[in-house]
Amino acid sequence: MLVPEELKYQKTDEWVKVENSIATIGITDYAQDSLSDVVFVEFAIDPDDEVSAGDSLATIESVKAAAEVVFPVSGKILEVNQILTDTPELLNSEPYTGGWLAKVHVSDESELDKLMDSAAYDAYCQDR
Amino acid sequence: MREPTIFELSSTGRTGVTFQEPDVPLTELPQEFARVNFPFPEISELGVVRHFTKLSQKNYAIDLGFYPLGSCTMKYNPKINESTARYPGFAATHPLQPEDTVQGNLYLMYTLQNWLAEIGGFADATLAPAAGAQGELVGTMIIAKYHKDHGDLKRTRILIPDSAHGTNPASSAMLGFDPIQLPSDERGNVDLKALAELCDDTLAGIMFTNPNTLGLFDENTAEVIRIVHEAGGLVYGDGANMNALLGVFKPGDCGIDVMHYNLHKTFSTPHGGGGPGSGPVMVCEKLVDYLPDPHVVITSPGDEETPPTYGFARPEKSIGRVKAFHGHFGMLVRAFTYIAMLGQEGLRDIAEKAVLNANYLQAKLKGTFTLPYQRSCMHEFVLEGYWKDVPDVHALDIAKRLMDYDFHPPTNYFPLIVHEALMIEPTETESIETLDRFVDAMLKIAEEARTQPELLKNAPHNTPVKRADELKAAKDLIFCCYPAGEWEKK
Amino acid sequence: MFTPHTHADVEAMLKTIGVEKVEDLFKVVPEKNRFPDLNLPQPLSEMQAATELDSIASANATTRDFISFLGAGAYQHYIPAAVDNLLQRGEFYTAYTPYQPEISQGTLQAIFEFQSLVSLLTGMDVSNASHYDGATAAAEAVILAYNNFRGKRAKVLLSRAINPQYREVIRGYMQANDAIRIVGDDPETGIEPNLKNLIDQIDLETCLVMVQYPDFFGRIIDYKPLIEAAHAQGALVAVVANPTALALLTPPGEIGADIVVGEGQPLGIPLSYGGPYLGFFAVKNTLLRKISGRLVGETVDTQGELAYVLTLTAREQHIRREKASSNICSNQGLMTLAATIYMTLLGKTGFQQVANLCYQNAHYTAKAVQEVPGFQLPFKSTPFFHEFVVLADENVPELLAHLQDHGILGGYDLGKDYPELEGCLLMAVTEMISREDTDYLTDVLSEVEHA
Repeated sequence: MLVPEELKYQKTDEWVKVENSIATIGITDYAQDSLSDVVFVEFAIDPDDEVSAGDSLATIESVKAAAEVVFPVSGKILEVNQILTDTPELLNSEPYTGGWLAKVHVSDESELDKLMDSAAYDAYCQDR
Repeated sequence: MREPTIFELSSTGRTGVTFQEPDVPLTELPQEFARVNFPFPEISELGVVRHFTKLSQKNYAIDLGFYPLGSCTMKYNPKINESTARYPGFAATHPLQPEDTVQGNLYLMYTLQNWLAEIGGFADATLAPAAGAQGELVGTMIIAKYHKDHGDLKRTRILIPDSAHGTNPASSAMLGFDPIQLPSDERGNVDLKALAELCDDTLAGIMFTNPNTLGLFDENTAEVIRIVHEAGGLVYGDGANMNALLGVFKPGDCGIDVMHYNLHKTFSTPHGGGGPGSGPVMVCEKLVDYLPDPHVVITSPGDEETPPTYGFARPEKSIGRVKAFHGHFGMLVRAFTYIAMLGQEGLRDIAEKAVLNANYLQAKLKGTFTLPYQRSCMHEFVLEGYWKDVPDVHALDIAKRLMDYDFHPPTNYFPLIVHEALMIEPTETESIETLDRFVDAMLKIAEEARTQPELLKNAPHNTPVKRADELKAAKDLIFCCYPAGEWEKK
Repeated sequence: MFTPHTHADVEAMLKTIGVEKVEDLFKVVPEKNRFPDLNLPQPLSEMQAATELDSIASANATTRDFISFLGAGAYQHYIPAAVDNLLQRGEFYTAYTPYQPEISQGTLQAIFEFQSLVSLLTGMDVSNASHYDGATAAAEAVILAYNNFRGKRAKVLLSRAINPQYREVIRGYMQANDAIRIVGDDPETGIEPNLKNLIDQIDLETCLVMVQYPDFFGRIIDYKPLIEAAHAQGALVAVVANPTALALLTPPGEIGADIVVGEGQPLGIPLSYGGPYLGFFAVKNTLLRKISGRLVGETVDTQGELAYVLTLTAREQHIRREKASSNICSNQGLMTLAATIYMTLLGKTGFQQVANLCYQNAHYTAKAVQEVPGFQLPFKSTPFFHEFVVLADENVPELLAHLQDHGILGGYDLGKDYPELEGCLLMAVTEMISREDTDYLTDVLSEVEHA
């Protein structure tokens, strides 16, 4: 399982990359592997929405399952990756790059301290 | 061989069943509303009959073989039910006919209300809900209104065991409740400690399936009910598994406040390839006024010479109407016929034989398959469709291979709390010979899993189609024989 | 009665299980609650049950015993013999939900054909495998529209000319939602065919506008202006349609409806005192993902053969559980099959003939009734399909009783649901009503003494 070092993670299998107070969020390799072939992504938010950590970001549907993606941080939505509506398979093939889900302007940087680093997330996945 | 679709069989100008010409002076339809293209298929009557007859031959059905589907109660559908439901005296009545013209229907419904209530130990019943899921919705609506009437607006949480059917949390959520998951203990009972911790004055109630989806009767049933009642909550009983309790246990007498039955499970009405169902709801005394509209009542009592008169009434605090008209009357006639024939002895016999059959299968299969809950089961039980030493073979493969042995697979991957679950419910209408053949097949498959796993992985081999590409279906999204607009062009 | 166990079978099974008697299997049930009495009548043999049910049925008078002009959501149509004949095949009606596609291609292909026919009939892109009935399908349309805007638009406009039972069911389904406002069907907005009052209420808060076609009073109304107005405000439009009418009239899909729902009972399903019936539900492609209920899709199997399968199941309750938009599990299975067989059996010619017979017969009857002194058609300047409103200068319940005494079920008393239509009756005329029936009706009406 790929667990890039520079990212932060949470137990519900989302990753976050923060640059200049902008957080890019997606789902991890572990998550896309468990879901298997993604057929649809349904976003629960629109650009400009204000969200809190724990709010629903999207629901990802595969043939046999539906999984909810939640925000690891609070803030204002800047962008939503609309290409996923037509090419949801990007979540499987490029979970950390082309398959990003949303970009948020972080309102409270201290929330990032609650997230796991790559070593912690990797260890967590090994035990599952 | 693939049977062509009705569109492929169509030929311009061909007619099937036609009607007479109008015998009245004609009125013209205003042009601005007239449909320009009506591109319906054109097939002869013989063509239609052959088409659907051939389609039927691709189906598996109870009339052909065994369906050990846990939670579905695939029992024999008596043909007499099909007869009585079709009596013109029933089938040709319009739902809005004046009550004095349909006293037969109303008598049947009133009597069935009472019988269903009596069977479960309840005060009254509604026959309105169209299916189990709608029954759950009605039950949850009743709970919601009850608390609202008592000013208990804080009660927003409903506890639902982790083994519950998906309709339970879905129905709760539809009504704005917060479904809270309740864990089971290692014996498959509701975890009492967790339950007690979750019970406070924000509790609206619990949705309790007993026996649960593991086929186990909760050993602490009375305690579960007591704890919830003490916290001010109501107990909803999901009656999908009632087949194990007929004449054995009355949930209402034990404190269940509101419950639904599935007539298409317990009371033998046919599954019809996916419906129609019927989900009557029974209630205890204090909830009787909340039943949906309309409810059948006696409008004038009658005497030694004249029978009572029946009619519809809206209960005082009714949750209102949940569907048009009165419910799935055709299914009510079938259930009425069934119960009338069986009586108390017949109903108890059902439960006894259903539970006997399930325990028999469990005894014969538990050596070869892992039985996660080592207890005597009720009418169904759950096995693990998985062996650690054959990690590539999954419950799905076992299920598909069973079709090669001419059996419908058991329910798989449900309940969610058992890994690679196979839920088996034989029902009471299966003979020992059928059960033995099923056991043989399961044991052979277990053997094949070790020696020739490809037989399972590539199963089924002998069916009209092989394993379907479900990913392709979900991506291509083809729902019509022709895409919109294209058929008209032909 | 239906259990095959012999005494020897039971003994053998008990031995395998390791208990002495069957009662031992129920030890887990608390003793004081175990094996209670059920106060039910004595059991009956099949023969006795058949006699009993026959006598209950005989206590009814049916639409075969009367000349019936009852409609209002359920219609008396001729069902060709082949429909029930095919429906009674055990392979169809004793089959389970087609979760295992390999052994359910019969059911699945029939549903696929149903979806195709409903899409064509309504002029829409996709239809699902059915809801319980027209009323619950209408409620699901409201749920879909509300969720489509994620709660940001909370106003639902319902035409007052929609079947009152449907409006009640919609409100029932939405009762837990405090944010939603269901309006538009009040007496002030009224039932004028020009719909101006309703259109004026469409705004940016509106998620859905719903109308009926033909409406509850049988009237054919041009909804194009309403649909344009709704779309201009970004709202969705749902049309509750009568399927027989759609063989003759422009389908809602062609004039821009986003959702079409309706009651499929007229399609080969007996009246059966109100159920089981069939709710159809069709949408434009843009709303496909939001549709609830079962969907059958086309695919191939491992050998490349065409196969049908239940798909997009990740929307449904057994996967999404509390996050599902609807709790619906079953569809109307056998009723869907009945409708498919009926529509295929009639085909283009037969179906249009039925619709035309309804239209022609209804217009003959309406004209004849209006010519009887004391009876008028209050909506006569609006075109209608097979139902129409009659204003009697007579107390409606008394009129209906008088007609009943003469073997006629006169229709539905509109005063019960519409105070502004006190004294009005809704009459439906299908292909089952002969010219002689109408002539007899007018004879009886002519004898009625007027207030």
